[in-house]
Amino acid sequence: MDNAIVCLESVQKSFKGSSKPALTGFSAAILPGCVTGLVGPDGAGKTTLIRLMAGLLAPTAGSIRIQGLDPIANASTLRDAIGYMPQKFGLYEDLTVLENLQLHADLRGLLGQQRSDTFKRLLDFTDLARFTSRFAGKLSGGMKQKLGLACALLGQPRLLLLDEPGVGVDPISRRELWKMVNSLADQGIAVIWSTAYLDEAELCQHVLLMNEGQLLFYGRPAELTCRLQDRAFQIRNISVNRRKVLAMALCRPDVMDGVIQGRNVRLLLRPHATPPNPSEFNAGANAELVPVAPRFEDAFIEALGGGPGGYSELAQRLQPIIGENDTVVEAVGLTKLFGDFAATDHVNFAVKRGEIFGLLGPNGAGKSTTFRMLCGLLKPTSGTARVLGIDLKTNASEARQQLGYMAQKFSLYGNLTVKQNLMFFSGIYGLKGSQQQDMVKSMTEVFNFQALLGRKPDTLPLGFKQRLALACAIMHGPAILFLDEPTSGVDPVTRREFWTHINGMVEKGVTVIVTTHFMDEAEYCDRIALVFRGKIIAAGTPDQLKAQVASTANPDPTMEDAFITLVQSQSDLDVAKQNQSTPAPSKQAPANKETP
Amino acid sequence: MLHRIITLVLKELQTLLQDPQSRTILILPVILQLALFPSAATLEVTNNTLAVFNEDNGQQSLELIQRFSQTQAFSEVRMLYHETDIRDAIDNQQALLVIRFPVDFSRQLAAGRGAKIQALLDGRRSNSGQIAFGYVQQIIQNYSEERGNAGVLTMPSRLIFRHWFNPNLDYVRHIVPSLVAIITTISTLIVTSLSVAREHEQGTFDQLLVSPLTPNMIMVGKTLPAMLVAICQATIILLAGIFIYHIPFAGSFWLLYASMVFYILALAGFGLLISSICLTQQQSFLGVFSFVMPTILLSGFVAPIENMPVWLQYLDWFNPLTHFIVIVKGVFLKNIGLALLLQNLWPLMAIAVVTLGASAWLFNRQLD
Amino acid sequence: MNRTLCFRRLRALCHKETLQIIRDPSSNIIAFVLPVLLLFIFGYGINLDSSAVRIGVVLEDTSPEARHLTDNLYGSPYLAVTTGLTRSAMEEALIAGQVSGFIVIPVDYGATLKRASKPAELLVVTDGSAPNTASFVQNYLRGAWNEGLIQRTDEQGKPAMPNITFESRFWFNASAESRNYLIPGSITIIMTVIGTLLTSLVVAREWERGTMEALLASPVTRTELLLSKLLPYYVLGIISLFLCVAIAVFILNIPFRGSLLVLWGIGSLFLASCLGMGLLLSTSLRNQFNAAQAALNAAFLPALMLSGFVYEIRSMPAAVQAFTYLVPARYFVTAMQTIFQAGNVWPVLLNSSLFLLMSSVFFIGMTALKTRRGLE
Repeated sequence: MDNAIVCLESVQKSFKGSSKPALTGFSAAILPGCVTGLVGPDGAGKTTLIRLMAGLLAPTAGSIRIQGLDPIANASTLRDAIGYMPQKFGLYEDLTVLENLQLHADLRGLLGQQRSDTFKRLLDFTDLARFTSRFAGKLSGGMKQKLGLACALLGQPRLLLLDEPGVGVDPISRRELWKMVNSLADQGIAVIWSTAYLDEAELCQHVLLMNEGQLLFYGRPAELTCRLQDRAFQIRNISVNRRKVLAMALCRPDVMDGVIQGRNVRLLLRPHATPPNPSEFNAGANAELVPVAPRFEDAFIEALGGGPGGYSELAQRLQPIIGENDTVVEAVGLTKLFGDFAATDHVNFAVKRGEIFGLLGPNGAGKSTTFRMLCGLLKPTSGTARVLGIDLKTNASEARQQLGYMAQKFSLYGNLTVKQNLMFFSGIYGLKGSQQQDMVKSMTEVFNFQALLGRKPDTLPLGFKQRLALACAIMHGPAILFLDEPTSGVDPVTRREFWTHINGMVEKGVTVIVTTHFMDEAEYCDRIALVFRGKIIAAGTPDQLKAQVASTANPDPTMEDAFITLVQSQSDLDVAKQNQSTPAPSKQAPANKETP
Repeated sequence: MLHRIITLVLKELQTLLQDPQSRTILILPVILQLALFPSAATLEVTNNTLAVFNEDNGQQSLELIQRFSQTQAFSEVRMLYHETDIRDAIDNQQALLVIRFPVDFSRQLAAGRGAKIQALLDGRRSNSGQIAFGYVQQIIQNYSEERGNAGVLTMPSRLIFRHWFNPNLDYVRHIVPSLVAIITTISTLIVTSLSVAREHEQGTFDQLLVSPLTPNMIMVGKTLPAMLVAICQATIILLAGIFIYHIPFAGSFWLLYASMVFYILALAGFGLLISSICLTQQQSFLGVFSFVMPTILLSGFVAPIENMPVWLQYLDWFNPLTHFIVIVKGVFLKNIGLALLLQNLWPLMAIAVVTLGASAWLFNRQLD
Repeated sequence: MNRTLCFRRLRALCHKETLQIIRDPSSNIIAFVLPVLLLFIFGYGINLDSSAVRIGVVLEDTSPEARHLTDNLYGSPYLAVTTGLTRSAMEEALIAGQVSGFIVIPVDYGATLKRASKPAELLVVTDGSAPNTASFVQNYLRGAWNEGLIQRTDEQGKPAMPNITFESRFWFNASAESRNYLIPGSITIIMTVIGTLLTSLVVAREWERGTMEALLASPVTRTELLLSKLLPYYVLGIISLFLCVAIAVFILNIPFRGSLLVLWGIGSLFLASCLGMGLLLSTSLRNQFNAAQAALNAAFLPALMLSGFVYEIRSMPAAVQAFTYLVPARYFVTAMQTIFQAGNVWPVLLNSSLFLLMSSVFFIGMTALKTRRGLE
């Protein structure tokens, strides 16, 4: 690879105080003019590698050459050739979009005519021209992402390093971002995109698949997926409980991995396994096994040694929740106004016992506001939210004993040990004495915390934090579990383990309410409400939503297609309505007040 | 319910004491202040420089200069020989005060007439100057009395000074009891207000709110640990005062600790109020700082309350530290009884009720 | 092409920092609200001149001599006198803190004076739990008593004793008002707190928000980074210093005898060392919360205790005294008191400037050493 822009030769990196090196003997060459994905689970060493290339860290051994130069020794030359977007974007939130751009332009010496041309080009490119005077802190996640990208592009780099740009961004913004990155690659720039999302990896021309500091695979994603030809199947027409079907399937020795996709169950078989007979899954008389195309995610799971299995020991240890098959969570005309802005606008829905109910929507659509009102963290402006028939805002304590809550950022006490966190959360829910000890012990066994009991969550990898947060939320045996973006940033293997537990608990009668913008997570839900601009614009089972957008051009839409199509058609509708209802002079009144 | 509160308190103590950095923040200031304050914070004058411009050179003036140089206040007596030197000595802060004996000083005294001494003080340090000048006056008075007793002339009357509670007017006895009050102030405010802000920032506060804990239980869970920490710190200082600085403890420990509980309640109320207004640690840090500075500076610790303008003295009634310093000093040094104690305790109780009530109200409505 | 200092980049960084200052309410509170608040507290709350010490007189004797002495006490502008008849009542008042001391005029006072065989004894009891006030009680009572003796002499035509009298005079501060030197001193304390607090947050904030990583990946050099953190906060600090001086002069009526130019020069040196200390803490701790706490402990306490602002340095134990040489506030307190009250006294001011220069070079130099161009 003579034309490679980055050459990594047996690069090694260890940090003081940690026994295992972050990177071991890493060699690769990165080509210009394409998007190279840096794929791997949490803690694989992706950020370390990017920082090494940006010249922010020095390798312990081995060499890095960018355009034939060392990124630290020749830093002053290379800085102009490298654009870098760190995980937190590196934006000043109290500066406007334009001020952020100006700062980076000044720092990179972009002046005069060239500067105004570049600004114009980048603002058009990122579609931020309308927002130049808005504070970066007030932008949505997707817009911040684009601005971060624009800042990184100012020096007209030959190499663009993007550290997890897809985290916390909804599918629509993610699609736009990809479009931009691809057009940059077409101009001959080498783009490195690090991610834990495998649908993103599939879009890259090349991927570096890494795990625990080692390179597992380097090449085109298709090379990896085509090895899995004839091993991916879908069980369709299931007439019984699909969660039970999945759990059973995952316990079979010939099944490597499996997920729920709406009504269906998708399976990946182990190598050389013969496709089983559909009747073996007890999926009902009409069940059939249909071969489907393998995905990069399958390859990833295989590279990491398979999925976590379908048996949830956690669920086994929980007491079943006994109750009628009635409505346990209900929102009636739920509205929250912040000033003139309706974050949640007359939302109605009801969730039955033992259901998984998903709230989906783009960034800032009002998912979280609705969610927080349901668990009693926010007071509705009007309307009511009832849990088990009780308004959480008025009658607190007993009703809350029935809830489990897992927040968006795992809100554990980072400076208490794992054991102390478990003891604390069981304690405030009234567990004591031997009952408390038993429960903590049981959680320790289920989640393999034995070696970590004395560690602080802050020092643990994301996957363990997430397990601990789940353990803390369910020790008191709640009837209803609230999960706010529970697996954001978590790798697929851990996500599967998480959903195995959730599925197991639902079988025990627990009701789950989840917000997410992961489309494959949405597939696990029994019912979904799609929230946009404070309103529910579509509701139903995942398959119903998909069916809603099916067309001749796209007869079998994915969940992501459904999401994007539904949101965009609503957006178009709003624009049309606004044009009708607001005559030219009265621009003052906010649109959402006027629309009935 | 009790078990839940114990769980909360335990968690808070673990957070405070487990992490070396926050442990340092709790312990280091106590040690630092205990070591530094009593020896540094003194308004006494010792080891200073006195300059003398002696135009007289008679026996009496030499005798007095001799006596000046033997006091603790002046380790150095600098002789000046020109009138212009006086200006330099004061301007350049070479001497705190200059004593000038006139030409006929000894002659006048020997003749049985009165004599006059000129004293020039550095106005930049007028408090020390006045105190040092007091020592000079004392020396001269003693000298005059001795001359009287020696039969030259009789003194009609004399003053006998008795300094109660502190015979040598030792500043340590003023500082250490005040320190008990000041240290408890800082730690109570930091533990209550900053820990709530930290929970807001880390999102754990939501976790508490969705649990069956009521806002009142959360408040108790924040107040009790602050109380435990503050009482421990206060005990350390008390013990150091008694055993290291040898200050006799005159009153009742029970009364002191009982009033301390009310004091900490009053402060915890302020701390929780600050935390319910501030959302980030930085804001509440600023809040605590803006509250603590006036509280300490206006408490009578640095300068007596009587010297303040009257309106400020009224305002100071709302300062819990003012009352508590009176209580600590009263119990520690003066052994005051319950009746006197109550005069300063009821304002503390009133403040506690108001601030805790207000913060409970704010805590309960915080969900909006 | 990438020099250590490029003015375009420096200007851009300073511009950014300035915008952040203007938009961040907490910097504005630290720079403008806090100093004014503190200055007023210092101005009104901290006053060491016991303008009227509350004392009691136990009048056991009703002879004209006793009356005469009491009248003298009432006449003293420094004493606020209450009269009582019994010692026990006055003792209670002393314990309750209603009086700071009392003098007992015994039953036989007048008789002993007449007899003149031995001096009549007057017992003075003070509340030693407030030692400063107690020593004022002592001084003022002695003064009033002395005055009485002289008057007695005059009335009877012959001197009771050869009295040595005093004529005392304060230079720079004729009425010996403690606020005249406490307020210039307190400006030092305020500037210390503000200077260190302002900068202690700024570098840590960039680390916490992840913007430092983006800056490090750009062509910015260490010098530019450091200067961009110093210059805007220096301007803010100087504005806040002159605000304090203006309040002190125009509202609190403190005389100002030096020159503003000198104040600006020495103020800049002092500010540089405060800002440097804050930056050093911020750079090494990389955590806003801890940096702010450390700044308070490392700046505020030593400035209050060890600068000679209230407490005389010469009276401290030798070890503590030696330590005060390391406290920049010490030099600025001296300089401020001199500039306000004495004017431009060069030996004092040059000495202070030299030490301040050394400490700013030290702190800024240490920060430069600590500022690394990498993430490790």
